Amino acid sequence: MAKISVDGIKYEVNAANNLLQECLSQGLDLPYFCWHPCMGSVGACRQCAVKQYRNAEDTTGTLVMACMTPVTDGGLYSIQDSQAVDFRSHVIESLMISHPHDCPVCEEGGECHLQDMTQMSGHNYRRYDFQKVTHRNQDLGPFINHEMNRCIACYRCVRFYGDYAGGTDLVALASHHHVYFGRHEEGTLESEFSGNLVEVCPTGVFTDKTFSAHYSRKWDLQTAPSICTGCGAGCNTTPGERYGSLRRVVNRYHHDLNGYFLCDRGRFGYDANNSAERVKEALFVQAQINGNAEVPARKPLSATEAARQFNAMAGGDVIGIGSPRASLESNIALQQRVGAENFYPGINDDELASAREVLALMREPGLHCPDIRSLEQSDCVLVVNEDLTNTAARMALALRQATRNAATTMAAAARIPAWQDAAVRELAQHERSPLIILSPQGTRLDDVASDTFLGSVARQVQLLEAIAHCLDPEYSVSSRDPSLTSRAKAIAQALSAARRPCIVSGISAQSTALVRASGNLARALQKARKGDADAPVGLCFAMPEANTLGLVLLAESTGNTLSGALQRLAQKRADAAVVLENDLFRRAATAEVAQALAGHTPLIVIDHLHNAFNARARLLLPAASPSESNGTWVNYEGRAQSAYRVFAPAEPVRAAYEWLTPADPVLLPSISSEEILAQFADAHSAFAVLKDLLPHRLGLSAVMKSPRQLPRYSGRTAMQANSHVHEYRQTQDPQSPLSFSMEGVPLQKDASLLSAAWAPGWNSNQAISKFQDEINGELRQGCKGVHLLQSGQAQASYAPIVLPSEGDLAPYFIEHLFGSEEISAKAVAIQARTVGPYACIGEALAQTLGVAQHGRILLKAGERQVQLPVLIRQRIAPGSIGIYCAGELDRYSLAGGVTVEAVPEAPDLLLRSREMFRHLVISDSWQGRDES
Amino acid sequence: MLRLLKDTLVSQVVTLWKVFLHAFDKTDTVEYPDVKPQMFSRWRGRIILSRDPDGEERCVACNLCAVACPVDCIALQKAEDEEGRWYPEFFRINFSRCIMCGFCEEACPTHAIQLTPDFEMAEYVRQDMVWEKEDLLINGTGKYHDYNFYRIAGKKIGGKDKGEARNEAVPVNVRSLLP
Ligand code: SF4
Ligand code: SF4
Ligand code: SF4
Ligand code: SF4
Ligand code: FES
Repeated sequence: MAKISVDGIKYEVNAANNLLQECLSQGLDLPYFCWHPCMGSVGACRQCAVKQYRNAEDTTGTLVMACMTPVTDGGLYSIQDSQAVDFRSHVIESLMISHPHDCPVCEEGGECHLQDMTQMSGHNYRRYDFQKVTHRNQDLGPFINHEMNRCIACYRCVRFYGDYAGGTDLVALASHHHVYFGRHEEGTLESEFSGNLVEVCPTGVFTDKTFSAHYSRKWDLQTAPSICTGCGAGCNTTPGERYGSLRRVVNRYHHDLNGYFLCDRGRFGYDANNSAERVKEALFVQAQINGNAEVPARKPLSATEAARQFNAMAGGDVIGIGSPRASLESNIALQQRVGAENFYPGINDDELASAREVLALMREPGLHCPDIRSLEQSDCVLVVNEDLTNTAARMALALRQATRNAATTMAAAARIPAWQDAAVRELAQHERSPLIILSPQGTRLDDVASDTFLGSVARQVQLLEAIAHCLDPEYSVSSRDPSLTSRAKAIAQALSAARRPCIVSGISAQSTALVRASGNLARALQKARKGDADAPVGLCFAMPEANTLGLVLLAESTGNTLSGALQRLAQKRADAAVVLENDLFRRAATAEVAQALAGHTPLIVIDHLHNAFNARARLLLPAASPSESNGTWVNYEGRAQSAYRVFAPAEPVRAAYEWLTPADPVLLPSISSEEILAQFADAHSAFAVLKDLLPHRLGLSAVMKSPRQLPRYSGRTAMQANSHVHEYRQTQDPQSPLSFSMEGVPLQKDASLLSAAWAPGWNSNQAISKFQDEINGELRQGCKGVHLLQSGQAQASYAPIVLPSEGDLAPYFIEHLFGSEEISAKAVAIQARTVGPYACIGEALAQTLGVAQHGRILLKAGERQVQLPVLIRQRIAPGSIGIYCAGELDRYSLAGGVTVEAVPEAPDLLLRSREMFRHLVISDSWQGRDES
Repeated sequence: MLRLLKDTLVSQVVTLWKVFLHAFDKTDTVEYPDVKPQMFSRWRGRIILSRDPDGEERCVACNLCAVACPVDCIALQKAEDEEGRWYPEFFRINFSRCIMCGFCEEACPTHAIQLTPDFEMAEYVRQDMVWEKEDLLINGTGKYHDYNFYRIAGKKIGGKDKGEARNEAVPVNVRSLLP
C-alpha cells in the first residue's frame, strides 16, 4: 500500500501498479488509449499525461505519462493541473488530425472509446485544415470489418493479436504517419481470438462484421447477463437484441473466467439464433388421407394444442433423454416429469464414463480445479491430448499467458514492474514457462510449447504413467515402454520444479484411461510435492458443451446411460420418449439410433434448430434458444452460473422447461425457472448451493426490477407502430429480476445484474472499470456463480488403468472451433469458416498409399466405407489417422479402428478439397507434392 | 364624488366606443382553409427526409435522431449497399406521438431529417399518422441545399473512392518507404 495525493485528495493505492491504473481504480477519470488492463503499458499514445510534483514546495511539477509512472509512497500528482489538461487536449487534437468525419456511419459510434476520450480531453472543434492521410481497407474475412482511416496508432490491436493471442498475421506496416495495421495481404484473420479486436481497438478500425449486417447502436440493444454456450468454459457474455432478433455478443467481464476476452465461436456463434433452420412451430405428424393411401404428414399446431398433445402423449412410462446443451432447469424439468429412473443423460456412453471419472477426480481433496485466471498464473502446464484451441479456446488463451510467467519472474528479479509490457518482453525474449503438450497432432499452442509429444491416446497414457512413476516410484505402471523414460523424466522434473503446476486435459477423446492416467499423475505429483497445501496441484478437464457437467451431475444418482435408453426404445419398453434439445445421431452410432427409432415408440423432441434426428419426431416442440430463456449452466469446474433471457421469443416458441412443467395447458406458463431451481435445490442437498444463484436482493431492488435496456433506448413508440399504432404493453417478465424496459433500479447502484457496462462519460465496454472494486478486480456485487462440487473423501490410491488397445491405425477425432459445436455451426459467419469431413494422415502413410495432398482416401470400418479428402500433416502421431466428422460422420462406428485405401484422384474433387482446406489454419500441412 | 363618476363611468363609455370602432377595422382572422396562412421556413411542422445534392438519400441511418427524440417516436434500421453506403432499410415516424420539438433535426449530422412549415397533419384514423420512409422521403434537398455528408466522410461509397472526400490525400502506399 502506498499513500498518494492526486489534486490534493489522498488515496491509498497499490504500489505494484502504475499511476494510471490506480487513478482508474479510484474511480478518477483520466483518458488513455494504449494502456489495457490486461496488457499493461507501453506509453505509445501520450494521452494519459498528468503532473508529478517532487514535494510540497514544488509548484511547477513535471508532466509524466501516468501509465508509465510507478506509484510511489507519498507521491504528489495532479490530473486537473492546467498544463496537464492543456497537454492532453493537444495530444487528442493531434491524434484526430486525420480522423475521418465518420461517426454517423461508424459501427463504433455510441460506444467508441475515442469519442469518450475526445470528450473527456476537451477537444471539440477541428482546427487542422490540411489534407488527411487516408488508407485502403482490407477484407479480413467473415468476422471483422476494417476501416483503417479511423486508426490513431495506439498499437493495441497488434499487441493483443500478436503478443497476447499469438496471432502472426496482423502487423503494423509502413512507417511514420503512414503506419498501417493489417495483414501482409487481404485474407481472413487466422487467430481464433480475432473478435476481441472489436473491443480492444479503441476506435472503429476493427468492428464486428456480423453485427454490422444488422446493426444497431449500443443504446438500442436490449441485453441481459448471459453465459456462452459454445463450450464448457463458462465465459460470461452480453448478447444484444433489437426488433426481435439477436444482433451480437460482447464480452462480459468475469474475474475468474473469461476476464476481458472471448473466443470467436462464442462471439460470432450467436447468429444461429437467427438461423433459417430455427424450429418456429410445433409440428405434429398425423396420418392424412391422400387418395386412397394414408400418408403421414407434418402439421403445425398452436401452442395450446401442442401442449395438450404433449400432455396426452407424455403420459405413462416415459423415457426422458436430457441434453448437455440445454440448461439445468430444462434438464431438471424433464427429470421431474419422467422420474429419475427414466431420465437418461443424452451423451455417448464413453463420454459419460469419462465425465464421471472427471467428477470423482474433481471431488478429491488433494487436487484442485483451476479457474481460467489460475491457469494463467500456472508456471508449468501439461496439456494431455485435448486440442484446447478447438474445444475450449478461452482456456488455450489462458495457457498462452501461463507461458509468460517465466518472463514475469525474470522481470521481478530485474526489478521491472510486470505492467511494463515492452520492457518485460524485451528482457525475457523467448524465455517461457514450461508448457508440455501431449497430442495426436500438432496444435495451435505448439509455438509456445517447451515440449510436444505426438502420440496416440494409448501412447499418451503410457507416457503419463511413466511420468507418474518418475515422481512416485511406488506407482506401478500398467505397461512400460523404456523409450519413454528420458522424456518422462524431463517432464517429471519440470512439473516438480514448478510452484503452481497444472495438468489440463479433456474428455473429447472419450477415454476413461486418459482421464485416470491424468488423475494418477496429478496424485503422484501431489505426493512428490509432499502435499504442499498452499499450492495444490491443478487438474482440470475441458468440457465439450456448456452443460455437460450439469447433465452428468443430474443423472449421477442413477447409473442410466444413453445406450440403456436406446435399448429400451428398440425393445419398445416405454410408452413414449421425450428428447430434450438433442440430436441423438451425434451421440451414438447411427445403427444404434436407427434401431431405437425402428421401435416406433412415440417420439417427442423439444429443440430450437431442425436436425436429422428431430425430423423423425412425432411431435416436435419449438424451444427457446439459450438467449431466449433463463438458464443455469455448469462449466468445467462445476461452477453453476445463471443466464437471463435477453428477449422473449414469439409464440409458440417456449423455453423447454415451460413445455415440460406439467400444467393446465390453458393457464400456461405456470412455473418459473427460478421456482424450478429453488424447489430442486430444496429437495436435493447436493444442489442446495444453487439457491445462492437466485437473486436475494435488498432495499429498492427487492421491489423493483433491473432494466434490460439502457436509459437511452430509442424508438419505443414507433418500433411496432406499423402493425398497431397503440403501443403494446411491454412484455412482462415474471420469471426473473429483470424487466424488458429501461425502467428500474439503475445498474449504477446495483451491479449484480450488470450486462451492458455503461457509466457517465464511458460509453464503450471499457466502462467495466467503473464496476470493478479495482482494475482487474472483482465486480462489485457481481455474482460469480456457485460451485456444485464439494470436496469428498480423500482417495489416496491410484486408479487402475487398462491401456486402450489400438490397431495398426489408431483413429483420433479432430475438433474445430468452427464447426464442431452443433449450434454455433449454424451461424452464417461461422459457416464461412467451416470445412466438411476429412481425414488427416502423416507423410509416411501418404507415401505408402500414394495419395497427394488434398487427394482422397477410402476409410473402412467393418461394414462402413467412406471417402474422405486428405490433409497430410507433418506433425501427426505415427500410426494415427485423424478424422474430422463435421457433424456428418458418425464417429462411433469409426472409433473401433479403421483401414484405409487410396482412391484414384479426380481433378474436380481435388480442386474442391483444396478450396475447402483453404479455410483451415494449419501451419504444418505437408507441402511435398502439393506445389507442383 | 364627481371625480369618482368621471373615473368610472367615462372610462367605461370610452372603452365601449373603442370596441365599437374595431368593427370597422381590417379583419385578422382568415377564412382557413380557403385562405392559406403564410408560414416561415423555420416553422416546425411535418417532418421530411431529404436528398443530397446528388439526388441520393441523405439519411445514413445513424440513429441519432431516434435517440434524440424525447418521445421515442422514430424507429429505423441501418442497411448498407454493396459499395458501403449506409441507408435506412426502414424509417418510421409515429406522428401521433411527435411533439414537433425539432430535436431530431438538430441531432441529424447529415441534414436529412427536416421539419417543414406544413402543419396540416390531421387524420381521421390514428394509424394513418404512422409514416414510413416512402412517405417521408422528398425529392429535393429541403432547407439545406449544399451539404453532402458522404463527400466529407472518409467512408468509401459508390462513386467516391478513398482519398476523394474533402481535404483528403490520396491513399497511402503501405509498401513505400518514402516519407
Ligand atoms: S472511431 Fe469513434 S470517433 Fe472515429 S468515426 Fe468511429 S465512432 Fe467516430
Ligand atoms: S487499429 Fe485500433 S487498436 Fe490498432 S493501432 Fe489503430 S486505433 Fe489502435
Ligand atoms: S420533432 Fe421531436 S418529437 Fe418529433 S420526431 Fe423529432 S425529435 Fe421526435
Ligand atoms: S439523424 Fe439524420 S442521418 Fe441519422 S438516422 Fe436520423 S435522419 Fe438519418
Ligand atoms: S495510455 Fe499512457 S501513454 Fe497511452
